[in-house]
Amino acid sequence: MLQDRYSLAFRLYPYRRSPDQDAPLPVRHPVVVMGGGPIGVATALDLGLQGIPVVVLDDHEGIGMGSRAICFAKRSLEIADRYGCAEPMLAKGVVWNLGKVFHQDRKVYEFNLLPEAGHRFPAFINLQQPYFEKFIVDRVRAVQEQGAPIELRGKNRVDAVTVKDDHVVLEIMTPDGPYRLEADWLIGCDGAGSPLRGMLGLGFEGRVFRDSFLIADIRMTADFPTERWFWFEPSHGSGASTLLHRQPDDTWRVDFQIGWDVDRKEEMKEENIRRRLDAFLGPERPYEIVWSSIYTFQCRRMQKFRNGRVIFAGDAAHQVSPFGARGANSGLQDVDNLGWKLGLVIRGVAPERLLDSYDEERIHGADENILNSTRATDFITPKSTISHVFRNAVLDLAEHYAFARPMVNSGRLSVPCTYDTMSLNGPDALPGGPARSRVGSPCPDAPVGEGFLLRRLGTGFAILTIDAEAPDLIDEDGIVARRVAVSADADPSGALAARYLGSAGSAVYLIRPDQHVAARWDRYDETALRAALRRACARD
Amino acid sequence: MTALNTAPNIADVDDFYAALIGAHEGLSDAESARLNARLVLILANHIGDRRVLDQAIAAAARPGAGQ
Ligand SMILES: Cc1cc2nc3c(=O)[nH]c(=O)nc-3n(C[C@H](O)[C@H](O)[C@H](O)COP(=O)(O)OP(=O)(O)OC[C@H]3O[C@@H](n4cnc5c(N)ncnc54)[C@H](O)[C@@H]3O)c2cc1C
Repeated sequence: MLQDRYSLAFRLYPYRRSPDQDAPLPVRHPVVVMGGGPIGVATALDLGLQGIPVVVLDDHEGIGMGSRAICFAKRSLEIADRYGCAEPMLAKGVVWNLGKVFHQDRKVYEFNLLPEAGHRFPAFINLQQPYFEKFIVDRVRAVQEQGAPIELRGKNRVDAVTVKDDHVVLEIMTPDGPYRLEADWLIGCDGAGSPLRGMLGLGFEGRVFRDSFLIADIRMTADFPTERWFWFEPSHGSGASTLLHRQPDDTWRVDFQIGWDVDRKEEMKEENIRRRLDAFLGPERPYEIVWSSIYTFQCRRMQKFRNGRVIFAGDAAHQVSPFGARGANSGLQDVDNLGWKLGLVIRGVAPERLLDSYDEERIHGADENILNSTRATDFITPKSTISHVFRNAVLDLAEHYAFARPMVNSGRLSVPCTYDTMSLNGPDALPGGPARSRVGSPCPDAPVGEGFLLRRLGTGFAILTIDAEAPDLIDEDGIVARRVAVSADADPSGALAARYLGSAGSAVYLIRPDQHVAARWDRYDETALRAALRRACARD
Repeated sequence: MTALNTAPNIADVDDFYAALIGAHEGLSDAESARLNARLVLILANHIGDRRVLDQAIAAAARPGAGQ
């Protein structure tokens, strides 16, 4: 009845009978999350930390085997840090800066990403997805101990939903048979294949790429540099591209692009995977295959992420090609965006239409990700003769001329999007203020004294004052903003001033709970701040 | 302007690249070759400076590039 679709790396939420299964009438919960992948569990953590009761239903009992995502960007770590689980990720993850690009086995060039100084977190880390997920679940367990109202229910498969005006009814299958639940809000985090989309008859439009990838995680104890190597048209194997990337535990990800018309069964045989690997690593290098898989991909999204009381996040809402590592990273930004909004709506201090801004902002984010990953895909797998000619011309020129190197696109690193001109934005009234912290942008981190700015901002609305006055707290009918006062002098490196003042002498920023800039001024003005706070909560 | 600029010089180069490839969409190989020829001539005229153009021709024809 409940067959596992994949094997588990970590069995973290074994099935346990819930009292809800014995209730005479379906029990109503404020929030039910369908799907316990990274996005579903992070959603639960966000809401639980706000004190909002949330139940996660997953059809398995833990985290799936196989690493899938490996590249987690700075923004994801910053979000995880807000949830209190970034430290173990950072401790376990591998940091890399050096990359090499090859074309037909010739090294075309190498690059050093030279990370900008003055950030708590690196530009990205490599970490197997199961670890990433496990650290989030570990954090859920820790906050449950402290009373956070989060429940993870394993082997609870959602089989049907009925959407009402102000709630949703769920039919759930368990090893003990079916039961029903009601939810004021249902969050669909059930992955790219989203059964929930199907149940609601909602579409998932976009582009299918006629290509498949053979990925293998291999363990090698031999010395191998911590670099990202990307081959275009390598002579080894038959692929159109190959990527080699380091992960923790002496494990490397090898990604062979093997074309569309392949015999999956044949390709997945260990001897055939080894044949490719040997051709590429050289015959003398011993390795162990930890995991392998073949995947194809799409770039597509739902037309709307919010459908009344049902809200989609993560892969269920949008799917991108893996180039640029935007899947899990963008899903985390969904959570970051949705969590505080849903929290305010459930607590009754913001109107329901605040949730429409989740649609507006995250669809903008999804489109940006789809555009970027589509372009990378088109560069890696040119779709026409002329496109192929141009691509190879870029690679030829890149060997000798610096101008062609930025044109080489083997995936643009995931960076968070800026919500320019969106409806929650307030005034941008800081003459001389830097563009990177303009209204709508995610706050860049900066050193402050012994620590870092983002940690200081906390998890609610913040009034960040830099060498400016403001009251310690503003309460606008239940929406609270707390002052975080810093001085440009607190950062002798000058990064804080460069990122937040520009040529201004002082600044007051209103910062949302997801650490995006809601408004900014050169000085405190109570009327303006209250208006911006209302606007950021869709009260006006 | 006398030296060919080979440093990166195009803002949002991904967007430019997509527009360039997009201009060829739906064209046959022969049509694409003609489009490219026209494009080179238009850009060459815009540059105008013979010394720069000669350096550009030499750079494009550099041995080793484009097998
Ligand atoms: C090869 C590969 C490489 C990738 N690399 C990267 C990378 O480097 N960086 C990056 O950011 N992203 C990467 N991604 C994408 C990343 O893996 C996904 O974006 C991420 O897993 C999405 O998380 P999710 O929680 O939305 O969905 P999922 O992880 O798919 O989780 C969905 C969950 O819902 C459960 N579920 C499904 N149906 C039901 C049901 N009926 N009832 C209850 N539960 C249900 C599933 O069992 C599962 O646990 C990669 C993906 C692939 C395939």
